[in-house]
Amino acid sequence: MSWLTQTFTSSIGRKFLTALTGLFLIFFLVGHVTGNLLLFKPDEGRAFNEYTAFMTGNLGIMIVRYLLYAAIIAHVLITLMLAYHNRKARPVPYKAAKPSPHVTWSARNMGILGTLVLVFIVIHMSNFWYSLKWGMVPTINYQEGGDIKNLYAVVRDSFSSLPYTLFYVVMMVFLAFHLYHGFQSAFQTLGWRHKKYWPIIRNVSLWFSIIVPFVFALMPLYIYFFRNIN
Amino acid sequence: MNLNSRIPEGPLAEKWEKHKFNVKLVNPANKRKFDIIVVGTGLAGASAAASLAELGYNVKVFTFHDSPRRAHSIAAQGGINAAKNYQNDGDSVYRLFYDTVKGGDYRSREANVYRLAQVSVNIIDQCVAQGVPFAREYGGLLDNRSFGGAQVSRTFYAKGQTGQQLLLGAYSALSRQVATGKVKLYTRTEMLDLVLVDGQARGIITRNLITGKIERHAGHAVLLCTGGYGNVFYLSTNAMASNATAAWRAHRKGALFANPCFTQIHPTCIPVSGTYQSKLTLMSESLRNDGRVWVPKSLEDAARIRKGEIKPTDLPEEARDYYLERRYPSFGNLVPRDVASRNAKYVCDEGRGVGGTGLAVYLDFADAIRRDGRNTIEARYGNLFEMYEKITGDDPYTTPMMIYPAVHYTMGGLWVDYNLMTNIPGLYALGEANFSDHGANRLGASALMQGLADGYFVIPYTLGDYIASLPFQKVDASHPAFDEAEKGVKDTINKLMSIKGKRTVDDFHRELGNIMWEYCGMARNAEGLQKAIGLIQQLRADFWKDVNVGGNVDELNMSLEKANRVADFLELGELMCRDALHREESCGGHFRDEYQTPEGEALRNDEEFTYVAAWQYTGANAEPQLHKEPLQFDNVKLTQRSYK
Amino acid sequence: MNLTLNVWRQKGPHDKGGFVKYEMTDINHHMSFLEMMDVLNEQLVKKGEEPVHFDHDCREGICGSCAMHIDGRPHGPMQGTATCQLHMRVFKDGDTITVEPWRAKAFPVIKDLVVDRSAFDRIIQAGGYVSVNTGGVPDANEIPVPKKIADEAFNAATCISCGACVAACKNASAMLFVAAKVSQLALLPQGKVERKNRVEKMVAQMDAEGFGNCTNTQACSVECPKEISQDFIAMMNREYITAKFTSDNV
Repeated sequence: MSWLTQTFTSSIGRKFLTALTGLFLIFFLVGHVTGNLLLFKPDEGRAFNEYTAFMTGNLGIMIVRYLLYAAIIAHVLITLMLAYHNRKARPVPYKAAKPSPHVTWSARNMGILGTLVLVFIVIHMSNFWYSLKWGMVPTINYQEGGDIKNLYAVVRDSFSSLPYTLFYVVMMVFLAFHLYHGFQSAFQTLGWRHKKYWPIIRNVSLWFSIIVPFVFALMPLYIYFFRNIN
Repeated sequence: MNLNSRIPEGPLAEKWEKHKFNVKLVNPANKRKFDIIVVGTGLAGASAAASLAELGYNVKVFTFHDSPRRAHSIAAQGGINAAKNYQNDGDSVYRLFYDTVKGGDYRSREANVYRLAQVSVNIIDQCVAQGVPFAREYGGLLDNRSFGGAQVSRTFYAKGQTGQQLLLGAYSALSRQVATGKVKLYTRTEMLDLVLVDGQARGIITRNLITGKIERHAGHAVLLCTGGYGNVFYLSTNAMASNATAAWRAHRKGALFANPCFTQIHPTCIPVSGTYQSKLTLMSESLRNDGRVWVPKSLEDAARIRKGEIKPTDLPEEARDYYLERRYPSFGNLVPRDVASRNAKYVCDEGRGVGGTGLAVYLDFADAIRRDGRNTIEARYGNLFEMYEKITGDDPYTTPMMIYPAVHYTMGGLWVDYNLMTNIPGLYALGEANFSDHGANRLGASALMQGLADGYFVIPYTLGDYIASLPFQKVDASHPAFDEAEKGVKDTINKLMSIKGKRTVDDFHRELGNIMWEYCGMARNAEGLQKAIGLIQQLRADFWKDVNVGGNVDELNMSLEKANRVADFLELGELMCRDALHREESCGGHFRDEYQTPEGEALRNDEEFTYVAAWQYTGANAEPQLHKEPLQFDNVKLTQRSYK
Repeated sequence: MNLTLNVWRQKGPHDKGGFVKYEMTDINHHMSFLEMMDVLNEQLVKKGEEPVHFDHDCREGICGSCAMHIDGRPHGPMQGTATCQLHMRVFKDGDTITVEPWRAKAFPVIKDLVVDRSAFDRIIQAGGYVSVNTGGVPDANEIPVPKKIADEAFNAATCISCGACVAACKNASAMLFVAAKVSQLALLPQGKVERKNRVEKMVAQMDAEGFGNCTNTQACSVECPKEISQDFIAMMNREYITAKFTSDNV
């Protein structure tokens, strides 16, 4: 086994990859949430659609996008492997097991949270990304750029449904918990822990995991309540 | 029998150097032809096994624990002495030697103790190189403290966990040799007999504690590093499984047992709280630097405190007896261990003891807290106070601590010569298992020093002297002597299993402990010792008729393990009483009521008893035979201790 | 007080095992948990039954032998306490207490509550040492070590190798144990010479033993009787990745 394979098949190496991909996904979330803020612009989605057109047309962004898909897949596959291995490490469970004090619920349930987030990503992608790429998205013409896809219409359509909107909101809660542990955990795994900076990382982790999913959750709610076509 | 101590000729300071030159060497290429058996993995065993493997010997090392790192050396708290004189306060090899001989009440060998003081400095270097995290000063150099009433600061320490850190150092050196294959490690394997071929130690018989399998191991030399026998008292600060079986079975095969009655009783332990008590916990001696020891003046107050009618804090100053300060105005609460222990016993015997059992005295920090503030006291003793509260449920900041003496260390052990070899050629004893360096009383922070000195710096030199005289051929474990020893072990086990009596092993052990504590404890007298001998003989007879072991032989059976050990304690206890009875003087940890000064202090009899009493086994129910090794003091003058 | 014990009994490594209930009466609240187990065992032996086997030795919280999963937590409900230092006063009259062995693939049960923790020894043998022979070392004060570093190394070195970290971890990971030794030696100048080799070998051995992976729940530090910090796990992660990318081992 070469040293590189050895490294990334070791327990710490796999965790290292989990942390790196996780952090990459966290960076992506920052971009994603910032771009999607355009949904709140009261221009019937023009800015949002133009942003979408830019994001789908740019080569550099395309590379990042494929990296993102790779990161998601890697993050999922590696953590599945870890979870499988972890399960094997304790073949006989405890009859009585109480959670240790100071251990967060998030930390103990990353597997379930991750699975839920994955389910969400699949539904989310199939709804917006799939239809954008392969599906029937109406086009719109804002004169300057010719016909572009009107993703905003799809978004507005989707979030006219109450169950669908609620589904998104609930999923964002799970994402929040997943992020709360994942954010700081990534730093711990990378060994970036220092007396001076660890409290900062913990705080940023907390606020990040609240703010980002909250803003995401506001989007379906905003559309449902204020831009509802029904 | 001629006891040749093999002490080298020449001036004290040159003996060891000369001896190292004079001992025979084994050619490096030939060392791999020799198999050395090391029993025990505490400080002495682990350091010896690692050092011998580094030299090239094939080492087999045995422990009854699941890991070498569990040996009871790990529990030593205070520190380790070394004559480094880093503090510039007048310490030297000679002073450490002098203090140790004096502390041992002139019942140890000058030459051995001097060597111990000499190699003490190497031990610290060795441990630091291994990565032992000793306490340090802000400048990055090693810190020292004064310990156990020493006039110089020569004790190196790692918080209250010095033994742990030193053992982990030795364990890591041992682990390194296990990885190289030079050491073969046998865990959960207990030595049950020594095998002699033509009078030489040639192997051991062991029991695999998991499978119950009786196994033979052959070697060119056997090193017993099996610790002390304090558990003969049932309650002691020793670990639950600490035992004398390896040493005792070697004794039965002919090894002499020296000074068995020299036991050290530590004054500051947490008192017994009930009959279920399984062991006693030591509280660091340093507590006596600030705590004041007292009991109520009157019997009535003591009785009311015991019943819980009044609290100790209710008792006014004038109703308290600070008995150590009263009797020993110049040393006060800092009198040596044996004096402090004995006085606690006296006041409790008078009926002035406190606690539920009446067997406890107060160690009060109220004055210290008033004087220095709670924060200062917390900084000094915080972890100890916390431990005390964990065990007793009492808060020592608000109510005085209760303490009582407990058996802590045994100075006696297998008789060894200057090379650490017993009178059986090829059988060595190291660390607490031998008798050699502490005389009648051990100084604080000297046990760790001795264990590591023996293992790292003495045996690697002295073992070669014997090995070099041997032919190269392998020792054959199919020799009839192995058959015989194995059969003996199996017979004993089968007998223990077949009794199926009514009393548990612990029951016998507890009763033996009570006898020993009562008659062979802090103060002894002829009448009591004679009585104890009778009681122990009776108890031993009962044991072999009425013990209930249970379980099976071919599996993990902790009752059987205990039964084997207690069977040996039942013989050893009697020998201790015999030794105590024959030694008609008081010295160090051995105090005879009949031999005391008018002030009640220990009265040595140097005319008649300046010797090592080495006992030879003559049969389970036969009187042992005494051999004397006279002690000669050419460098120190024998004086009487005084702490008034 | 009176208690009900629900104790795991298993005759041997290949036995299936199961829980057995024992009613304990008149338990003194000053007893330690192990003394209470002693009382149970005395009763069992007197009845001609086999006593409950459990590892224990020093009974002062330093040898690391005792290892019981009590009432759902390693070493029981008190933090910073090994089983032997746990006293009955923390329980209430009428409590039912479940007692189980450590559960991990790398710690197979030998009998009842006794498990095989030799995996820890093998991890140390893989590199948990400074390669110096006896003798020929420099004077102890020739290498100054800043007090802070020495104290930090000491904090890591207080590990008693009981395995509570593995028992507490939902993944049965041994990271805290390994990290404590790796960090102790990586911090000290004496251990720096071999730091890369050491961490690579020790982690490889840890993985080979079948322990799980760390998911940073930090339960290990919470249940550790010596309260060894998570900082050391981060330090080991750092040491490992650095070593893997910069050492000479290909």
